Amino acid sequence: MAEFLSLSEAVARNLHDGDQVAMEGFTHLIPFAAGHEVIRQGMSRLTLVRMTPDLIYDQLIGVGAVEKLIFSWGGNPGVGSLHRLRDAVENDWPRPLKLEEHSHAALANAYEAGAANLPFAAFRGYKGVDLTKVNPTIRSVICPYTGEELATVPALRPDVAIIHALRADKSGNVLLEGIVGVQKEAVLAAKRSVVTVEEVVDDFGPRNPNAVILPAWTVTAIAVVPGGAFPSYAQGYYKRANAFYKAFDPIARDRDTFLKWIDANVMKKSAGDFAQYSKKAA
Amino acid sequence: MAAQVLSYTATEMMTVVAARALKNDDVVFVGIGAPSAACNLARLTHAPDITLIYESGTIGTKPNVLPLSIGDGELSETALTTVAVPEMFRYWLQGGRITVGFLGGAQIDKFANLNTTVVGDYAKPKVRLPGGGGAPEIATHCREIFITMAMGKRGFVEKLSFITSLGHGSGHGSRAALGVKTKGPTKVITDLCLLEPDAATCELTVSELYPGTTRDKVAAECGWPIKFAFELSETAQPTAEELKVLRDLQARTTAAHGGDA
Repeated sequence: MAEFLSLSEAVARNLHDGDQVAMEGFTHLIPFAAGHEVIRQGMSRLTLVRMTPDLIYDQLIGVGAVEKLIFSWGGNPGVGSLHRLRDAVENDWPRPLKLEEHSHAALANAYEAGAANLPFAAFRGYKGVDLTKVNPTIRSVICPYTGEELATVPALRPDVAIIHALRADKSGNVLLEGIVGVQKEAVLAAKRSVVTVEEVVDDFGPRNPNAVILPAWTVTAIAVVPGGAFPSYAQGYYKRANAFYKAFDPIARDRDTFLKWIDANVMKKSAGDFAQYSKKAA
Repeated sequence: MAAQVLSYTATEMMTVVAARALKNDDVVFVGIGAPSAACNLARLTHAPDITLIYESGTIGTKPNVLPLSIGDGELSETALTTVAVPEMFRYWLQGGRITVGFLGGAQIDKFANLNTTVVGDYAKPKVRLPGGGGAPEIATHCREIFITMAMGKRGFVEKLSFITSLGHGSGHGSRAALGVKTKGPTKVITDLCLLEPDAATCELTVSELYPGTTRDKVAAECGWPIKFAFELSETAQPTAEELKVLRDLQARTTAAHGGDA
């Protein structure tokens, strides 16, 4: 049953060194505040899972918290490279990074298989491509009905899923709307889950037709962190700070500039500092 | 009719050619960058009913400004509906409901296979690129694929470092041998010319030159000895209307992304 905690307590209780953690978000609702808390707590040897690792994973990789990355597209959307990810892969800085690389379809299917308590996912994919040569977890199965060969990937069962949602109600039920990504699948596939939210309300009221609800008993911990998705966005609260994504590019290019940025903007800040970015739209 | 003399950039020409290739009843899997500009230009000109789908889950989206990312709020707010990402890849893409998929890449070969993964060796790459994302399955599930890429010897290469997504494999028959029933890349839209796979071999062949481009210029920007169609035509230059709509769209986009959140 969901428990309301401070962000630092929610992270400390649920995430441990060496865990596999999925901080999901498909451009919308990326859990930046929670990622920064993970950096502040000095976590290490993490395996990170995400379809679209962006700046928050780049920051976790750049501070050396990550041993392995399971992913399908790692870039700064519309801007360019993740420079810390590149430095880790190309130069082993600040430490070597193991990659388990997939396609989006494969990881989406793998989360769904995890949520469905299946051992693997089967789908039509990976035809004629080289990923199958460098990722031994990509295998195949013959359909028992048609004889067709299908691609398979193991189900994802992360130790922890961390997501940012729009609202929780007082009972700890959680609401997401708009682009909902794979967050529901990630939470249901994971052993434990930490959810940051913009606010707590008495009642969800009228809902967007695309609303996703996570019942309180599927969530481990909730932390109220207004602005916690900045510079990503929270629909109905604040817009994506596209200018920040562009501004981060030169910061991440240089190791020293990056580390200074982390020190000033992560180590010397707290979850409460994200509140300045949250403005609920009228 | 006397041709009006207009000034436009190579990128604008590429975007206009890509837009013209789209039909009013197409269902398009849109990528960020040039494809997004082309798809919305088509929607705002000759194809008002086109269905644009972004892999973040938005279906029938009509953005007023171009998104910087694949999941900007603008996409969901203007969409007919927004579905979860697993549903997008399972029901809509794998389900065979997309007519045209747009792809691009860091490298392309003469059979329109693409690389967006690494330059150099996979285990110790010279350059680590973002990776495939949706491309491996977009390339095989959409009815046909349009590729947009600026020409240059670094991008148009004899041999890819890595095959991220399948084009025509090693030539005619490759896709069928893998059990893939879709057409694959039917157009490669560059900043200098239009390339289409040869009917017999599937090798990319220049079928149209843009105004002001020469065979020599195209050959100089290609990393393999490029072939030209027997009947080579010249692409019509952008119309004043196409340029106006595209530039208005870009200006709205710059204004929207330039400021703060």
